[in-house]
Amino acid sequence: MIELLSQPWPWWAAGIIIGLTVPTLLILGNKLFGISSSIRHLCAMCVPAKIPFFNYDWKKEIWNIFFVVGVLLGGYIASEFLSTDAPIQIAENTKTQLRDAGVVDVTNLLPEDIFSWKSLLSLRGFIFIVLGGFMVGFGTRWAGGCTSGHAIMGLSSLQLPSLIATLMFMVGGFIMTWLILPYLIAL
Amino acid sequence: MTEKNQNTEKKTPLWHNLKYMIVGIVFGVAFVKAEIISWFRIQEMFRLDSFHMYGVIGTGVVLGMIFVQFIKRFNIKTLSGEEIVIPKKEFHKGQIYGGLIFGLGWAITGACPGPLFAQIGMGYSVIIITFLSATVGVWVYGYFKDKLPH
Repeated sequence: MIELLSQPWPWWAAGIIIGLTVPTLLILGNKLFGISSSIRHLCAMCVPAKIPFFNYDWKKEIWNIFFVVGVLLGGYIASEFLSTDAPIQIAENTKTQLRDAGVVDVTNLLPEDIFSWKSLLSLRGFIFIVLGGFMVGFGTRWAGGCTSGHAIMGLSSLQLPSLIATLMFMVGGFIMTWLILPYLIAL
Repeated sequence: MTEKNQNTEKKTPLWHNLKYMIVGIVFGVAFVKAEIISWFRIQEMFRLDSFHMYGVIGTGVVLGMIFVQFIKRFNIKTLSGEEIVIPKKEFHKGQIYGGLIFGLGWAITGACPGPLFAQIGMGYSVIIITFLSATVGVWVYGYFKDKLPH
C-alpha cells in the first residue's frame, strides 16, 4: 500500500480527492472549502489593528486553521514517508522553454536557483519569493477567494462570480507566463 | 463569505476541529503526490503543454458539482443534523482586479495559497517568506479595502 501511494499519483486521483473535499467539509460541519481565508483569519488573530476587515470573531473560523495546518502536515508526511527518487514529470516543451529562458534547475518541484535563501537577496529572488507572495495574498483577498474557494467550491456550487474570478486567474497567469515571466527569469 | 455559515460551532470544544486537520492532511498528501505543488506543473498549465493540472482541477470541479447537486437534491444534512447552506457569492469588481493580480502572482510563485502550506511542510523553508509576504498582502488589502473598487 505504502509502495503504491509512494508512486507519483495520476491527475484523476488528486482530482477525486479534491472533489471529495467539498462534500466532506459540508457534511462534517457546514464548512465551505476555501484556503486563502485562513490567511485572513491569521491577520485577524495576530494583527487586527482596529481594521474593520479583521475585526470579526475569528474563533468561529478556527476549523480553517486546523485544515491548513493539516495541509502543511500532509506536505511533510508525503515528503518524509511517501517519497520516491523518481524525478518530477514535466512536459519536454516546458522544460526546454524554461531552460532557454534561464532556469537552471529543472529536476526539483521548485527551481532551486530561483527559490532559495541565497537567491532571496537578489532582485530576481525578491520578485519571485516576496513580490509574488504579496500578489497572491492581496489578489486572492480582493477577489474573495483563491483556486479552492472560487475555482473548486464556487464552480461546484455554480456561482457566476466564481467563474469570473477563475477566468481572471487564468488570464493573469497567461499574461505573466507568456509576456512578463521571460524577462523576470532573465534578471 | 467566511462569517455567514457558522452559527452552531460556538460551544464545540477545540479538539473537534481535528477532523478538519485530517481532511487537510489527505488533501496535502494529494497535492504533493500529484505534483500540484510543483512550480513546473503550473508553468506547464499556463504554457498549455500538459493536461495534468486541467485534469486535476476539472475532475475536482465536476465531482464537486455532482456532490453539491446530490446534497441539494436529497437534502443531505450535516453529521449533527444541520441544514447544509452554501451562501450565494455576490459579484463585485474585486473578482476581476483581484483575480487578475492573483493570476499574475500565481504564475510567478507557481503556488496558490494551498500549495504554499504544503511546500512549507515539505521543508522548502524559504517559502515561509512567500507565505509571510502573502499575509502582508492580505493585511494591506484589509487596510485599503474601502479605497479599492468593489
